[in-house]
Amino acid sequence: MDTSIETTSNITKQYIVVKIGNEQYGIDIGYVDNIVRMQPITRVPKSQVYFKGIINLRGDIVPIMSIRVRMGLEDDVFTNSSRIIILKLEQQGELGVIVDEVKEVVTLSMDKIEHVKINGQESRESFINGIGKNGEELISLLDLNSIIEESENV
Amino acid sequence: MDVSQYLEIFIDETNEHIQSLSDCIMTLENEPDNKDTINEIFRAAHSLKGMAGTMGFKRMQHLTHDMENVFQEVRSDKVKVTSEMIDILFQCLDAIEAYLENIKSTSDEGTEDNDALIAGLNQFLAQAEGNAPAPEKKEEPKEEKKEEPAAAGEKKFLNIEFSENDKEAIRSAAEGGSKVYGVTVTVQKECLLKAARAFLVFKAIEELGQIIIYSPSSQDIEDERFELDFSLYIASENPLEKIIAAIKNVSEIAETVGEEVTYESLFGEKEKAEANVPAVAAKNEAAPAAKENKPAAKPKTAGKPVANRTVRVDIEKLDALMNQVSELIIAKNSLVSISSQEGSNFKNQTFTEQIEYLERITTTLHESVMKVRMVPIESVVSKFPRMIRDLSRQLDKKMELHMTGEDTELDRTVVDQIGDPLQHLLRNSADHGLESAEIRAQRGKPEVGSINLNAYQEGNNVIIEVSDDGNGIDTESVKRKAIERGIVTPEQAEKLAQKDIINFLFMPSFSMAKKITDISGRGVGLDVVKSNIEALGGDVEVESKLGEGSKFTVRLPLTLAIIQALMVEVRDEKYAIALGSIETIEDLPATEIKYVEAREVINLRGTVIPIVRLDQVLDSAPAEEEPESITIVIVRKGDRLAGLVVDDLIGQQEIVIKSLGKYINNSNKTISGATILGDGEVALIIDVNTLF
Repeated sequence: MDTSIETTSNITKQYIVVKIGNEQYGIDIGYVDNIVRMQPITRVPKSQVYFKGIINLRGDIVPIMSIRVRMGLEDDVFTNSSRIIILKLEQQGELGVIVDEVKEVVTLSMDKIEHVKINGQESRESFINGIGKNGEELISLLDLNSIIEESENV
Repeated sequence: MDVSQYLEIFIDETNEHIQSLSDCIMTLENEPDNKDTINEIFRAAHSLKGMAGTMGFKRMQHLTHDMENVFQEVRSDKVKVTSEMIDILFQCLDAIEAYLENIKSTSDEGTEDNDALIAGLNQFLAQAEGNAPAPEKKEEPKEEKKEEPAAAGEKKFLNIEFSENDKEAIRSAAEGGSKVYGVTVTVQKECLLKAARAFLVFKAIEELGQIIIYSPSSQDIEDERFELDFSLYIASENPLEKIIAAIKNVSEIAETVGEEVTYESLFGEKEKAEANVPAVAAKNEAAPAAKENKPAAKPKTAGKPVANRTVRVDIEKLDALMNQVSELIIAKNSLVSISSQEGSNFKNQTFTEQIEYLERITTTLHESVMKVRMVPIESVVSKFPRMIRDLSRQLDKKMELHMTGEDTELDRTVVDQIGDPLQHLLRNSADHGLESAEIRAQRGKPEVGSINLNAYQEGNNVIIEVSDDGNGIDTESVKRKAIERGIVTPEQAEKLAQKDIINFLFMPSFSMAKKITDISGRGVGLDVVKSNIEALGGDVEVESKLGEGSKFTVRLPLTLAIIQALMVEVRDEKYAIALGSIETIEDLPATEIKYVEAREVINLRGTVIPIVRLDQVLDSAPAEEEPESITIVIVRKGDRLAGLVVDDLIGQQEIVIKSLGKYINNSNKTISGATILGDGEVALIIDVNTLF
């Protein structure tokens, strides 16, 4: 699970950095089960628009969500670098999210993470719960719970 | 003794005893003089007490002890069975069940002493003492003795009836120079695994000699079909003391008695003095009378089959087994699909034959595992008579429950979850269905209302019907309520068929109860029933006639995990339809489609069947052009038919049902799950019940 190492003042966390559109997002590695290449997705009629469908992951059925559609961006264009990140969330089981590209794994110490909720426009929900600073780069840290929670209400 | 390992057995057996007590008390209420029932009750209460005592559950033991005392008085005709007594006995059962629940969750019985109940029970005892000259205290030890006469350590082996073969065996053993001993071994009353103890005893003896005769037979002993003792004849060169010491080495053995016998002492005298059995046992015979009684009394107590040839298995292990069978079937399917591919390298005769063989095996294997998981619904429905009795009191209505088909079998998972919905339906019938006595009299119905629960198997489904001869559903008042709630406009309501109106009852928080009672009417009723049953892959329908009664029909699939399905194609997507719901498949020219009230129908051999275009239901890409001939899969739900238009048929296949998970929200519930095909592709399963 969580690979955080506790020292007296410094706790670090590892994130997988992915590219969605022009932004870089970080996904807490503790929730990541697997990263797989794009594969045929079976459409499920009448489901939420941001669910692309389901895939067969070694005999298990895993639902696949488009983070782009979820965040109100334009629909995915699958390329050679597109990947599905399989998230394992405690109770609800596995869930796959589509990202444009997987870049790297970074280790951020807590003092490099700013816990700010950015409320841009009122109507758009926020899907991040912090911003990580990795050298010069900024990484938006995805709040996986808010991605899932809303999807339950729709 | 560490008893924790027996906890599960204890819980299971206690459940069985509680159920049998409950059944018997119900019988007793109707036939207060039924001696067999009273004996049965006494035995169950006694075993409960013994078990609770062994496990160290003092409060439970105390309560069952007092219950046993009351039955004791009933049995000896000192107290009459009254309805107050029945009430209090039922409350005691509830209390025992509460103890058991506590034990299940915490391995401890809790701290409730149930003093009120014990006081209530003691009142009956006091009454008995008032009526009867013999004080109860004195009665009890005598009873104890009767229950376990074996504790006296009598030499029951002397009572064995010998066959010619047995005689021969004894004689030849004696001639061979070994001594023959008769031995009776009594296991402790608390011993839970009597057969295992007996086996250890056999093993110990066989190291020293040879067992010639078993009583009861070795098979019966293995199957635990004996009370507390069994007798043996042993041929051995070792002294008797050594054998008895070896037997006593086995734990949980209460008593071992034995003596040396010879062929002559056994048969010579026995044949001479047939009438005078005790004469043989010239040694210190303690209670000849008791011994005389025993053979006669024994068949009675042994009448109940103690253990069948069954094994208790944790349901999780069966789930794991089922999962593995599912995996096997998926693997088999992919072999099939590889071998049938165009240009495959595996297109030779033997390979195909082997694949077919494999298919047969997996299908049989699946059926066997499924059968293992099947249990009769009896375990669930057997508590209903008691519930109806309580309801009858609470509601002050006379009613009777008639049940048939309790032996109908269903998957264990389904059985575990069907209890609540059925209970809801029965309560519903009792509370809303049946009228009060006055109205029933006015309508010329029998005073006692009847509620029926019938279960039977129909194809791949199990049907459970709950019906009553009560008031039926007043569709007019349901309609009014629907309009009141703004669910439909008055104009729409006029057009609704009776079935549609009744379906309002299954909507969330649509309670028709005029007054809210404990029993029903809090708006969490039929909608919960419906969703519970649908979660099990079943559905529920209602038929009702105002003034005559209503009938709820619950339809459940036999199995949850693996089904035979027809694979169809809609555009380029594959879907599975459960074979169980398919009537026929028709190929018709497109011109056969007619319109009735702007809905598409076909007239198939005189039956008008509505048409559902799957591509529209499933939001598929629009068809390029309307084909001249259409393929229609006719499906059935209850007594209704519908025709599903598909593009193409792929064939029949055994599929493993997998859940879509909790994230995806299939808003019209058309898709009940998914399955993985032989080539790894995912196909969705269509729940045809939602298309009607």
